[in-house]
Amino acid sequence: MGHTLAEAILRRAAGQQTVRAGQFVTCEVDFCLVHDIFAGTLFDTLEHLGVDRLWDPDRVAVVLDHFSPAPSAAVASLHRRIRQGVERFGIRHFFDTGQGICHQLLVERRLVRPGMLVVGTDSHSTTYGAVAAAGTGIGTSEMAYAVTTGTLWFQVPPTVRCELFGRLRPPASWKDLILHLLGRYGAEFVQYRALEFSGEAVSYVDLAGRMSVANMAVEAGAKFCFFPPDAVTRRFYGEDGATWPTPDPDAAYERTVSVDLSGLEPLVALPHRVDHVRPAREVQGVPVDQAFIGSCTNGRVEDLEEAARYLRGRRVHPRTRLLVAPASRAVYEEASRRGILADLVAAGAVVLPPGCGPCFGGHLGLLGDGERCVGTHNRNFQGRMGSPGAEIYLASPATVAASAVVGYITDPREVEVAVG
Amino acid sequence: MAEVRLKDVLRGRVWKFGDDISTDLLAPGAYAVAPLEERKRHVLEAVRPEFPHQVRPGDVVVAGRNFGCGSSRETAPEGLRALGVACVVAESFARIFFRNAVALGLPVLPCPGASELFDDGDEAEVVVAEARVRNPRTGTELRGQPLPPVMVEILEAGGILERLRAWNAHRVQTKAGRG
Repeated sequence: MGHTLAEAILRRAAGQQTVRAGQFVTCEVDFCLVHDIFAGTLFDTLEHLGVDRLWDPDRVAVVLDHFSPAPSAAVASLHRRIRQGVERFGIRHFFDTGQGICHQLLVERRLVRPGMLVVGTDSHSTTYGAVAAAGTGIGTSEMAYAVTTGTLWFQVPPTVRCELFGRLRPPASWKDLILHLLGRYGAEFVQYRALEFSGEAVSYVDLAGRMSVANMAVEAGAKFCFFPPDAVTRRFYGEDGATWPTPDPDAAYERTVSVDLSGLEPLVALPHRVDHVRPAREVQGVPVDQAFIGSCTNGRVEDLEEAARYLRGRRVHPRTRLLVAPASRAVYEEASRRGILADLVAAGAVVLPPGCGPCFGGHLGLLGDGERCVGTHNRNFQGRMGSPGAEIYLASPATVAASAVVGYITDPREVEVAVG
Repeated sequence: MAEVRLKDVLRGRVWKFGDDISTDLLAPGAYAVAPLEERKRHVLEAVRPEFPHQVRPGDVVVAGRNFGCGSSRETAPEGLRALGVACVVAESFARIFFRNAVALGLPVLPCPGASELFDDGDEAEVVVAEARVRNPRTGTELRGQPLPPVMVEILEAGGILERLRAWNAHRVQTKAGRG
């Protein structure tokens, strides 16, 4: 019997002929990601344990993206300690203030490649499945173990296959696909499992869309999420991909679900659950204090461009503030060069530095008691973005931009898009 | 680090929580890089403001489904451990929290039906090694899902850093031997 992509990657990483779902294996990891919330603790831990060198400093990336630029003297000191650690251990892949969000950078710079096993101190490391890598989140102690030994234990996950067919009908977007899966199957849909996309329509999901979907797969509990290598992957890497692992045709899947993309419409996840999903038209009219476009889920050029279609030549509604955070400096520069940022700024958007922005509730655009935010990010848990008394709604860039224009949550089909 | 005794009967007051207790509730982002002494005062305060102030060492958290969903922040189990929570028993756990708790040496036990077994404030008896959960007041008992051997080993070692310490000591020793 053949292997799913999760089994194929873990088999190689464990140095075994074959592995099966449920089996426990010790794997060699291919790449490690650490961001600024945990890098300081990581370096302190290594020092405390007397670790004086990493397994392979060239396979570790450190990114200052969560608190960037530093919002306080304490964080500035933390960043300083991180830079010292980066220097001490000879880590080359260091991304300082304003370079962007870790997941965007690791894909953009092609540090992550198809078939890799990647661990990150961030739950949204599942994003790497967009380029057919097995990415997953771990904590700081496990990261200390991984960066020192180059290994970590894993249980081989069962895989759920999701077949896509039909064609997406804009303004429905790939964000709506993952919101649909969360709403339909719940926040534990793929708990402890891998989610693998296939079907005749999978080739139509562009890289940005794959990153949005794989990113939020963790909200359904996914350990890994895969878009197996195909023409989109080969084009991105400019390679024929002959050596990249692929799922075998006779692989064993725990379950197969399918989605008719032509049936998707703009969706919204309501507070405080990622799986409390309703069509945007049914949420129509909820007043919005803050709209946010950005994050590792939807902060790419494609997302800003989609938002600009609704905001160009208009003004953000007076009751609403619109925050935009490009996912990386490259995104920022391209959006700037193409006039997208100018359109957003002219409409009244506040453009934040490339990075995580308000998504994780640390700084820059937090919410007060009783406030409502609609954002393109990935989590609407109580207290996620500041006050536990605030409400967060999650949606696509089109839905968020259209909502910013009218000042309340709306189905983007209610707002005419600007021409030209 | 306190020794983790998986075969002993852990007895403690039950603090009950519902489904989908997220890492944002366990370790709010606003205190993400604050010292542990400050962070622990905010554990679960958004849903139970008295919890971080009244929980006592040895108490047991009993929760519903998908406990610890969300972020990979290890500060979530770390806060519970710092408050002295002896064990978390939940209907189900989110994957990363589950791993992180074990990596830190905080016992966790998936036990479908656990929420029904207790009222808040009851005493719980838990034997992690046997996946056994009992309410002495009602005399009812449940069997949870036993932890896999790799997790038991890490817990018994006191967390994954104890393993790393041993690994590194061996490396240093080998290097010294060669030199």
